Amino acid sequence: MKVLVGVKRVVDYAVKVRVRPDKKGVITDNVQHSMNPFDEIALEEAVKLKEAKKAKEIVAVSFGPAKAQETLRTALAKGADKAIHIEVDAKTAEKLEPFHVAKALAKIAKDDNYDAVFVGKQAIDDDANQTGQLIAGFLNWPQATFASKVEVDGKALKVTREIDGGLDTVKVNLPAVLSADLRLNEPRYATLPNIMKAKKKPLEKKTPKDLGIDLTSQTEVLEVSEPPARTGGEFVEDVNALLAKLREKGAIP
Amino acid sequence: NSTLVIAEHDDAKLSGITLNAITAAQKLNQDISVLVAGASSAKVAEEVSKIANVKRVLVAQDDKLKAQLPERVSETVVAAQKQFNFTHILAGASSFGRGLIPRVAAQLDVSPISEITTVHSTDTFSRPTYAGNAIAKVKSSAAIKVFTVRGTAFEQAASSGGSAATEQSPIGDVKTDLSEFLGQELVKSDRPDLGSAKIIISGGRGLKSGDNFKLLYELADKLGAAVGASRAAVDAGFVANDLQIGQTGKIVAPELYIAVGISGAIQHIAGMKDSKIIVAINKDKEAPIFQIADYGLVADLFKAVPEITAALK
Repeated sequence: MKVLVGVKRVVDYAVKVRVRPDKKGVITDNVQHSMNPFDEIALEEAVKLKEAKKAKEIVAVSFGPAKAQETLRTALAKGADKAIHIEVDAKTAEKLEPFHVAKALAKIAKDDNYDAVFVGKQAIDDDANQTGQLIAGFLNWPQATFASKVEVDGKALKVTREIDGGLDTVKVNLPAVLSADLRLNEPRYATLPNIMKAKKKPLEKKTPKDLGIDLTSQTEVLEVSEPPARTGGEFVEDVNALLAKLREKGAIP
Repeated sequence: NSTLVIAEHDDAKLSGITLNAITAAQKLNQDISVLVAGASSAKVAEEVSKIANVKRVLVAQDDKLKAQLPERVSETVVAAQKQFNFTHILAGASSFGRGLIPRVAAQLDVSPISEITTVHSTDTFSRPTYAGNAIAKVKSSAAIKVFTVRGTAFEQAASSGGSAATEQSPIGDVKTDLSEFLGQELVKSDRPDLGSAKIIISGGRGLKSGDNFKLLYELADKLGAAVGASRAAVDAGFVANDLQIGQTGKIVAPELYIAVGISGAIQHIAGMKDSKIIVAINKDKEAPIFQIADYGLVADLFKAVPEITAALK
């Protein structure tokens, strides 16, 4: 099985994001970035399949500015065999929609005969939760979203998914798209020797033009704003005082 | 111009989030059709036909649509789109809607929009990004607007008062060789579900074990409340993942949210900060949850929670 893994460089999850003064986005300059945590989980699952000899080759792909290469090197250090960077300038990157990224990944997956595409269920910057489903839709491949357990079953994947009321299990025939949820696995750290080795692994560059992808934007961001702030209220002395307050507000009988 | 809402159901009952989605659809001021696709959709279609402001119910019934796999339902949506030419297609942002809607968008070759919280006009919406820390107002130039709706941002439409016409809808080119539904394990509970509960009592790592959640269940039963949990409590194995509230779990906005033994990590707050009244019970006075709580009680939860339960007798 040959697996393509989408990895996105995002503002690190621990950063408290701030809206830019021009209200066109959030401040990303001089802010810690890292691989989207859900993509790390998707990558880890692919690497585990390779270690179990169920996958043969793992290729990490990222669509973004020059700095996306840092994320690809991390992916190589964590076990990807090869990386593909679809490079655009920072300004173009800011306007990319999951739609464009999915088109590019779908094209690569089809042209190079991949058996599966693994992605995180969502990126923690735009929170869109679209890329995997879009790729599957473009290719007319089955999709196993929000995966919390994956088993290879011949030419298919048996996937347990986290859904609203609990879990469900589906079988998707390969080629297929998988999106990783939080509890699928615990991603490994890249070790120093592996980081060194990663520098020698192949990193191929492509442009949207090579892939024939039209980057016309369909979703224009008019304004980004801070959510209405929630301010803390008051401390109450004890349980009785709390219940009195809640009754006063009509929140409890 | 007309709007299509994709109904979520289990072939027996309509899921509540569809009513929230219909309210969002009403804000577009266009005729609303609702598609009920499933293996036995008749009963659900009847339920939908009574919802206020629904003009037409489209029924696509076929055994192949059992369990409503996205690979199959998306074909049905595309077939309905071909026949009726909607300008807007939407569904609630549940696991079902999130799985289906982007796939439909890809098949229609348009860029979808996820989890809108405000409808400004027929092409302009707001949606939260960065776990709700930045709200983006976006304008879509897509030929068809295809999007999901955050349930907690819209009231539920009235489930009676309507009298929509029912019409058959094409099934589409459904292929059965892509995927197969093997089964599901839904957590059974007599308590209201997190999406629709007016009161939620949520437990964190401070509960120390899964057994101790019974303190919360006892209180919940008194109040007719749902029980949720923080990611820390889920990761520690205290409760199942479907109870998780937060950025990566469920987003809730009840009238009253009682956070018990929850410190208030950013990702948890992202899932509950739109609740009307927030109560925090924690023994650590410095816990960040107090910064957003309307009422904070610094106390040992193992004493305070039973005391509350007893006081409600």
